[in-house]
Amino acid sequence: MKADLGAARPGKPQLPRPRGHLSDTVISWLRIGEGPLPTREEVQREGPYGADLQLALYVLYELHYQGFDGVDDDREWAPAPLSVRRYLEEAFLRALRADVPALGAQEALAGLLIEPADDSSSVSHYVKREGRLWQLREYAALRSLYHLKEADPHAWVLPRLRGRAKAGMAAIEFDEFGAGRAEDIHAQLFADLMADLALETAYGHYVDVAPAETLAIVNLMSLLGLHRSLRGALVGHFAAVEVTSSPGSRRLAEAMRRTGAGPAAERFYDEHVEADAVHEQIVRREVIDGLLKDEPDLEPDVAFGIGATTLLEDRLATYLLAAWREERSALPAPLPHVRTRKPARSVT
Amino acid sequence: MPSNPERPRRITLVRNGPLLVEGPVEVVDDDGAVAVSRRFTVAICMCRRSRSYPWCDTSHRNRSKLPSDRAAGADCPAADRSAEGDQR
Repeated sequence: MKADLGAARPGKPQLPRPRGHLSDTVISWLRIGEGPLPTREEVQREGPYGADLQLALYVLYELHYQGFDGVDDDREWAPAPLSVRRYLEEAFLRALRADVPALGAQEALAGLLIEPADDSSSVSHYVKREGRLWQLREYAALRSLYHLKEADPHAWVLPRLRGRAKAGMAAIEFDEFGAGRAEDIHAQLFADLMADLALETAYGHYVDVAPAETLAIVNLMSLLGLHRSLRGALVGHFAAVEVTSSPGSRRLAEAMRRTGAGPAAERFYDEHVEADAVHEQIVRREVIDGLLKDEPDLEPDVAFGIGATTLLEDRLATYLLAAWREERSALPAPLPHVRTRKPARSVT
Repeated sequence: MPSNPERPRRITLVRNGPLLVEGPVEVVDDDGAVAVSRRFTVAICMCRRSRSYPWCDTSHRNRSKLPSDRAAGADCPAADRSAEGDQR
């Protein structure tokens, strides 16, 4: 089903509901442009992977993408919330640096290039074998926080690269952004998938139901994309996504076909099977190799980006599979079915 | 990227992987069927395992084996399928 992103989005996204002290004060500040904000000590007392800290960070990062309804665009560069963003990032980065295993970049990549025989902890293997339509709808709703801005966080790295790394990265991003055709932008293909699944296609709509594990994955991309000092990690993260995407997308496409999700739902993942088999080659051969020839000192950062991505994806997979294997929704409440411009098909 | 006499089309050989060809390309099979890709680079399957043939779908990748696979030895179907790297 084709989703009209323009028509589906009445305006900018709404500010989400707070999930604790940090997100509450940040959201209140953004709404009125003044007031108290969390101190560094308050940030350090919260769990770095927890929903409150991750939501506060997500909201501050969104100022650099689409912003929020009722929030002055200029607050993107207001010094006070930028200071808080720094505290939140310090806490998140410290936790990741402590938890990501120390591997070389090639070693970390090689691990991703082998298809594991034990696939019991993989969401895509699970949904391919036994996933139900309601689980695929939940999966798409959670992934929409990224896929509706697919490839956006990675575009920030372009001015920080040179030569082969820049040319390779720009070529992949061109493909992600539809190669000059708006209807083929991957974010648009995902909105079409969401319409097939009777989901709301508005940007950022599902943030209120997203668990901390989902917010952390999206925040990692923004963190690495916005900091030039983390350009090596951004490239490593991007490689990890592209290397794992093609076989995972094959399984998701089969799950969409088996459950009768719809042609646009199948197309999104079919496209990623073929596209990411190419992107994986370019990102490894041109982007990573080009960057490390240019700046060999970034090798540990590339490895960190790969490891951090794997760590956070594994956390989300554990969360989702724990709920689904018990026949429980992974969300606070089952998702309502949204009628799009075409009459919604019967979905169960 | 169009090729011309000054800028020939680049084809890259990947060890144990696909053939990378600057797009757009048409691939014609034995029966005359034509597959078209307009991507900036296309990855053409060399291992013949792809389910999106002629396009690569990363099926050439090696698979790790479970300890039980090793114990089962040649009786295990997974062990019969040699990795692409072993075929070359």
